[in-house]
Amino acid sequence: MSDARGVLWHHFHSLEQQKDTATLGMWIFLVTEILFFGGLFAVYVVYRTAYPEAWMDGSHTLDVAVGAVNTAVLIGSSLTMAMAVHAAQLGRRGGLVVFLLATILLGGAFLGIKGVEYHHKWEENLIPGPGFDFHGQGKGHVQLFFALYFAMTGMHALHMVIGLGLLLNLVRQGLRGRFGVDYNTPVEMVGLYWHFVDIVWIFLFPLLYLIGRH
Amino acid sequence: MTPDTDTGPRHYLNAEYGFRSWLLTTDHKRIALLYLASVTVMFALGGLFAIAVRLELLTPAGDVMQAETYNKMFTMHGIAMVFFFLIPAVPAVLGNFLIPLMIGARDLAFPRINLLSWYIFVLGALFSLYAMIAGGVDTGWTFYTPYSTAWSNTNVVPTAVGIFITGFSSILTGLNFMATIHRMRAPGLTWFRLPLFVWAHYATSIIMILGTPVLAITIVLVALDRVGGFGIFDPAVGGDPVLFQHLFWFYSHPAVYIMILPSMGVISELVACFARKRVFGYDFVAFSSLAIALVGFLVWGHHMFVSGQSVYAALVFSVLSFLVAIPSAVKVFNWTATLYKGRITFETPMIYVFGFVGLFTIGGLTGLFLAALGLDVHVHDTYFIVAHFHYIMVGGVIMGYLGGLHFWWPKITGRMYPEWWGRISAFVIFIGFNLTFFPQFVLGYLGMPRRYHAYPEEFQVLNVMSTAGASILGVGYLIPLVYMIWSMRYGTPAPANPWGARGLEWETPSPPPTHNFPGVPVVTTEAYDYSAQEATRV
Repeated sequence: MSDARGVLWHHFHSLEQQKDTATLGMWIFLVTEILFFGGLFAVYVVYRTAYPEAWMDGSHTLDVAVGAVNTAVLIGSSLTMAMAVHAAQLGRRGGLVVFLLATILLGGAFLGIKGVEYHHKWEENLIPGPGFDFHGQGKGHVQLFFALYFAMTGMHALHMVIGLGLLLNLVRQGLRGRFGVDYNTPVEMVGLYWHFVDIVWIFLFPLLYLIGRH
Repeated sequence: MTPDTDTGPRHYLNAEYGFRSWLLTTDHKRIALLYLASVTVMFALGGLFAIAVRLELLTPAGDVMQAETYNKMFTMHGIAMVFFFLIPAVPAVLGNFLIPLMIGARDLAFPRINLLSWYIFVLGALFSLYAMIAGGVDTGWTFYTPYSTAWSNTNVVPTAVGIFITGFSSILTGLNFMATIHRMRAPGLTWFRLPLFVWAHYATSIIMILGTPVLAITIVLVALDRVGGFGIFDPAVGGDPVLFQHLFWFYSHPAVYIMILPSMGVISELVACFARKRVFGYDFVAFSSLAIALVGFLVWGHHMFVSGQSVYAALVFSVLSFLVAIPSAVKVFNWTATLYKGRITFETPMIYVFGFVGLFTIGGLTGLFLAALGLDVHVHDTYFIVAHFHYIMVGGVIMGYLGGLHFWWPKITGRMYPEWWGRISAFVIFIGFNLTFFPQFVLGYLGMPRRYHAYPEEFQVLNVMSTAGASILGVGYLIPLVYMIWSMRYGTPAPANPWGARGLEWETPSPPPTHNFPGVPVVTTEAYDYSAQEATRV
């Protein structure tokens, strides 16, 4: 399997059928993911409607500038991911590995910035739980905002970590010359996944950082 | 599963030997057998808990166990049966084995993901087993908050983790079926030539894919509340326990259709074969599966008529719950119409068909009582509910599962089961089932609440009947377990098509070769083409 020729599994008739099937499977999986995050968004809508003031207070503690930078970083990683897929389709192995590494770097940067933000919340006692204290005002409904903030961004970050693992695996296989013009399905599939995770953040950023401020 | 001899033709069972060849297999037929063994173990475990429950309820006083122990028993009965038997049983065993055969494919679309789904299932089951051994869990299988998040002192988190993990095996199975049915059909096998079993599994897959992730995130939120004190469902910080119920039932009501739809698919195959007729109104039966899957997503609120949801929401949920009866009734009427002027024979699988139709009809009709707002308030949380859902989940799902297992047993093992014992046990199960659960309708209507280990003395006669029925039911399940294991070695060798049935799975030897078909089958006829000429029993 070290050459870039297609690997046809025994139960498929052609590479086209195999690729079609993999793509369909990935899209079905992404539908599952939408419903997974959908549950969180539903909870968010219910509580935001119930406690608009708490949402405003909570939003104001988040740093829009940091969030915006992180959004840019993540969109950048989607761009490099798209370029990696493009390189794989053209059979440019060097380009593939470089763009994959760039995606990993940007993804890692996103998680790093997110970690700094989490750390600030930790210092300000804004982690929901027994120790939660909103600027000396005790618990209250603002805790729900932070519960959802951490649940939503945490689930998103978990998906990023899984994505980084998948990307590292692609780098390993890419270095071995596994992908080429006629076989690049795994790169495309991870690409779909990465873009999905990116889009989730595109919803999270305004919902958590922006619209509650007004 | 050791074939007794190495001579004779090669098939999937004797293609390779040894534990490795089973634990690392990507053959859908072998994975189906791995699932068969696993769900049988979980069924036995759930059955043991049921015995404990029925034993305690033999007498009005709480004399066999304490209330706390009883709570754990019915909780673990529900968890083992719902998540580890009823949801995977028909799809992961029969669906896994049959869908590629029925559509003329060599395997499911993603064989390695199929194996992965089994490992995920086992891992999830181990977590839940650990929780059971470590002292059990007592929240009920529904994990209602805030009891589950704040008050229960039992192993909520390990159980929840087990269910969370197992959910992914369900998602992967659904994903695999869906991609397979879309992309792997043999030439000429159009959508409206598919066996209705495949349609039913397609509809089931939709629910698995759309519903299961919502349960997953709900479990995550419960765990965050319980371990981290997040308070998402905690009224002290403004959290809403009823929101948990909405999220939980958004999955767990459609989950009932994950259980029943595949069994309905089995019944369609069986009724056509043993009435020697094409299923009446094929298109309607096919679309009724999809209709059940879709409408089934819009009725969850009928579990919450007394939990403080808006009365207007309750009204809508009530109407929609009545609506879901229509596609269910379409199926029952069409199966019955299929029998009309059929040449009916009464082999064991067909006895299960009659059992299914009768029990499912009772379960479904009492479901209409429960969808009615006023009546539901009266019988909510009584044994009426318990009887109703057991008529669907045991009377329906398990009758279909056992009927299907008998029908395809010759294909799966290459051996016939003993027909006489098959018929006897089908009758024993039917009688035992009705004796167990029919008295519970009466008990519930008279006002006996569920989930209590003690009850007033006037309920004893009906409870003794129920426990007696459960003993008969237990024997009824043991008989097939014994003779099916026996038949794997000593049963009469099965021909390729012992029932003279139609369908691609009967055109390949029993048991099938590893690659299912010698070449690529080409389909030129409709499904259930029984009228063209009498299919011969080869």
